[in-house]
Amino acid sequence: MEWDILIRIFPQVLVDGVTLGFVYALIALGYTMVYGVLEMINFAHSEIFVMGAFVGAEVLLIMQASGALGSIPALPLLVIVLAAGMAAAGGLAVAVERVAYRPLRGAPRLVPLISAIGVSFFLQDAIRLTESLWRNAFFLTYPTIAFFDERIRLVATVDISVKSLTLIAVSILMLVGLSLFVGRTKLGKAIRAVAEDQATAGLMGINVNGMISLTFLIGGMMGGAAGALFGVQYGTINPYTGFIPGIKAFTAAVLGGIGNIPGAMLGGVVLGLLESFAASYMSLLSGGAFGAEYKDIFAFSMLILILIFRPRGLLGEVVREKL
Amino acid sequence: MRNSSAAILTIRAVLRRPPVAMVLASVYILGTGALVAGTPRSLPFFLLFIGSLLLLYYLQLPAWFKAVGMGVTLALLMPFFGTRNGFYMEVATQVGIFVALALGLNIVVGLAGLLDLGYVAFYAVGAYTWAIFGSGQLLKSWPQLSGIFPLGGGSPTGTAWFFVFLLVAVAVAAITGLLLGLPVLRLRGDYLAIVTLGFGEMIRVLANNLDHPLNFTNGPIGITPIARPPIGPIQWALGALGIEATPAQIYPVYFYFIVLLVVGIVITVTNRFKNSHIGRAWEAIREDEPAAIAMGVPLVRMKLLAFAAGASFAGAMGVLFSAKQFFINPESFTFLESIGVLTMIILGGMGSIPGAILGATGVTILNLQILKQFSLTLNDWKNAGVTILGYNLANLPPQLEPAKYERMVFGVILVLMMIFRPQGIIPSRRRKMEFEEAALEKEEFAAEVVDTVEPKAE
Amino acid sequence: MKRSRIPVTLAVLALVAALLLPDNVPVSAQQNVIKIATQSPLSGGQSTLGVGIKDGAQLCIDQQAARIVTGFRVQLVPFDDQAKPDVGVANAKNLVTDPDILLVVGHLNSGVAIPSSEVYNDNNLAMISPANTNPLITDRGYRVVTRVVGRDDVQGQVGAEFAGKDLKVKSVYIVHDKTAYGQGVAEFFRDNAPKNGIQVLGFEGTEEKANFDPILTPIGARNPGMIYFGGIYDQAGVFFKQARAKGIKALFMGPDGMDSTDLPKIAGQAIVGMHYTTVAGPPAFYPGAAKFIADFKAKYKRDPEPFSAQAYDSCWIGLTALANAIKAAGGKKPTRLQVTNAVRNIKGFKGLTATYSFDAKGDPDPAVYFVIQIVSSDPAKWGQNKLIKTLRIKPPAAKK
Repeated sequence: MEWDILIRIFPQVLVDGVTLGFVYALIALGYTMVYGVLEMINFAHSEIFVMGAFVGAEVLLIMQASGALGSIPALPLLVIVLAAGMAAAGGLAVAVERVAYRPLRGAPRLVPLISAIGVSFFLQDAIRLTESLWRNAFFLTYPTIAFFDERIRLVATVDISVKSLTLIAVSILMLVGLSLFVGRTKLGKAIRAVAEDQATAGLMGINVNGMISLTFLIGGMMGGAAGALFGVQYGTINPYTGFIPGIKAFTAAVLGGIGNIPGAMLGGVVLGLLESFAASYMSLLSGGAFGAEYKDIFAFSMLILILIFRPRGLLGEVVREKL
Repeated sequence: MRNSSAAILTIRAVLRRPPVAMVLASVYILGTGALVAGTPRSLPFFLLFIGSLLLLYYLQLPAWFKAVGMGVTLALLMPFFGTRNGFYMEVATQVGIFVALALGLNIVVGLAGLLDLGYVAFYAVGAYTWAIFGSGQLLKSWPQLSGIFPLGGGSPTGTAWFFVFLLVAVAVAAITGLLLGLPVLRLRGDYLAIVTLGFGEMIRVLANNLDHPLNFTNGPIGITPIARPPIGPIQWALGALGIEATPAQIYPVYFYFIVLLVVGIVITVTNRFKNSHIGRAWEAIREDEPAAIAMGVPLVRMKLLAFAAGASFAGAMGVLFSAKQFFINPESFTFLESIGVLTMIILGGMGSIPGAILGATGVTILNLQILKQFSLTLNDWKNAGVTILGYNLANLPPQLEPAKYERMVFGVILVLMMIFRPQGIIPSRRRKMEFEEAALEKEEFAAEVVDTVEPKAE
Repeated sequence: MKRSRIPVTLAVLALVAALLLPDNVPVSAQQNVIKIATQSPLSGGQSTLGVGIKDGAQLCIDQQAARIVTGFRVQLVPFDDQAKPDVGVANAKNLVTDPDILLVVGHLNSGVAIPSSEVYNDNNLAMISPANTNPLITDRGYRVVTRVVGRDDVQGQVGAEFAGKDLKVKSVYIVHDKTAYGQGVAEFFRDNAPKNGIQVLGFEGTEEKANFDPILTPIGARNPGMIYFGGIYDQAGVFFKQARAKGIKALFMGPDGMDSTDLPKIAGQAIVGMHYTTVAGPPAFYPGAAKFIADFKAKYKRDPEPFSAQAYDSCWIGLTALANAIKAAGGKKPTRLQVTNAVRNIKGFKGLTATYSFDAKGDPDPAVYFVIQIVSSDPAKWGQNKLIKTLRIKPPAAKK
């Protein structure tokens, strides 16, 4: 066994794992927000994430076509792309809630789940249809922005790309902002009240539907930001890209304790690390018998193990049973 | 309005009279049957014919008549049509497979209330159990076993081991269900959902990767040829009747009957479960776990039993599927497949046995026949240059090819179904009551809110 | 409450019937129509390639059908197999009931093609595959099955030989996409590498589409002379791009799944200088191919996908076989068996990208394999890629 390689790559794997973890964390926020308020798995969230990625790509591609891409500095560019992706994804999330979930309020939990699956199928092909008509291609490639591709050397054997750093920074900013918003502001309080008890919140004069829409808007915006960052980070997207990150992010949300915002972040990072270490080390540790292809098995086994010992997730509080 | 409802009442009253209903059902079955026989490729006639099963279910008929009617429809007419149009046999067989899967999942999700997003894993376990033993796969990795397992794959006359393994797979899948159930007993709701999802993915990834270090599943390349059930006795029997038939003609019908038989057993078992103390225990757990424990329901045993029972159906169907397909690889056992089965039971009506059957039938026919027919018809129109609303379909840009958007239509149907009929097509009695209760509560609550809040607003 | 649903149900059924009825009572075969079906994924993540197959076949029918097949109108009937085996088989059973369908062009996935071709075989319906390179496709010895592409086993061998003997590579790290296609090629590359003096440092599969960092880190640490990727361009492009970004200097190589203008679009500079093996000759070698690309672009406003030209050729071979069968049948509509036999009897057919003859199993004989080097990161210059080596190889006999 090659111990020296094992030790040499450790910091690099750590850095990559954290980066991946923050992507999951940002997507997981959408799941966890909606779950916290409505106790439903918003299956269409992965498509909302993809929507953000596509709008981000379109903005960049249109700028590239018009030649504006080279003339705008990297950071304002990032802000524009993020804003566009977040606006589109947030709007879409609100629309989806209005059309496909609100009429089902009060139905058993699995009913909106199936509706969400239907929305997910619809959105995938709707994005494909629009892109095929508009661009005649639905596999989009993010234009390369030289600034983001630069790598910063941390120590001799470890480096990190600017885009990974950006991704981590933006994620942390958003997570902190969101925590403050939900925890400290009046609107956040209203959202928490709706999550606690819709009927009572309504009686207190809180606009329940409005708060639910707001939840979807925020969750969708986080998803959209994740989508745009995902595109910048990994380069290519298609309408079906969201599926795998969506499942992983949902797993992360549950792992951290669903409904819990710091939990989603922790869950995302833990899952990202698990996956990265599994993918990098499986083959080395088993002498080639098991390779990176087993990373999901490893990640899911760890998930099951963690949940056996902490059935409410890492940070999930023990909530009262709804009787 | 009043007139029409009076008319409906009269019709209903007439229909309630068994002789009338019997005549009506017979005429309908034979009539649509004749239409299908006359035009074996017409989808609408076939759908009308399938509708006769619904008619038998809904009309007030003596039990013996229902049994005879179902028997004639499923065991006589359907295979007859199948010999005229092989596609119907395939559709009917797949419907049967999915009905059994839906019934199995219905036990876990619908009755016991344990959300399982990885149900297809048990199907995969069953399929691979037979694929590995019923093909040359095992001998490829362990040639020394050739004396012990006399199971050559792809023998044209099949092997009776198939039936043995139908039972073996039931056991293996049930054990897998227990293995999954044990560690996750403490988890509830969505935690359980995500663990089962992970489990389903793990089984698929294992199937995809267990070609090394030891080759069990042949990885993504898949296993073929997989042995089929023995055909000898059937050929002999047909020969005695003076009918010459090739295996290619016999097997589709043969599989159909095996599936029909297994589905029959599955329905009986599910019914027995549901109406026994076990079924009531499951429903108690679903409705209120702490209360169920307080009433002395053995929680652990009942949950495990639900997992095992649900899994065993999928195991049996896996064996049938792999033998029917002649080939399997992990692509058949993706997460979307699990979601598909879940969709069936929720569309049909959770916890309801006729609902699960109808949901599975509906979704399968929708996917395999109706949506396909829809896009083929549009394609025909496009080729022929038909004009709709002044727009010539021949000018349709290639991006709008109808065949590409079947899934999109399926998605829309799912959403619409949930909005307009959230309790499912045939809800179970208990569910229906819950829905009515919930609606009532909602109305009362809304009334209260209006009373108390309205004056304050603005 | 319960009873009132009968009229509703019946009404709904009747409505559905009324909607579908008028166009759908083709009771018997139409006299002057012959249909060619395609089966490929038209929806879902693999639909780019699947639609490429359908479009290639459609273009062929538009251009060639009227010229080659006289006395009959040839139509294309596209089926969406959703890349799922059970849907593929159901479609197969569906399309064999249409007596006008005399030929199938498909599938994309070997996993779908294998069970579906059991159905075609039972019905003597010829299937010409534009994309399935899995050895099992033809090794079962079905007369109905023919393919215009090479085999994974041979392609892996060609790649390994070229890497070892021509590029003098000493060590390789092999990554594949965990599909029957990618893993198949990669395994044969691995098995042939030591014979050509290449040490295999690692062999790994991944279903990952976006984030290859965790795989690339150990690869970088081992510093291989070459990375071989068994898979399709959409994944490979991202992989190679991230590999270069990580500072990995190894040579890159892949199978014919790399052959798409989207590869440079995705990977940019990273893939300049890399090699790939393919059975589809470059336009310079087969002038027909250049015209095909232009026509395809004119009709569909985009570049052909990797298997589009092969789909065109499959369909073209099918049309020629149809014409031969019609002639043999004295101008009458041939039976499926006659078409199947006519396909197998095609000799020296000059298609877009190769000259085809087939052996008894349905493999192209000899199959021509090309090694091509990518010269530019500009998608528009994809056609100028350099042809490095041409090999003619007889397909291996079926293993039993």
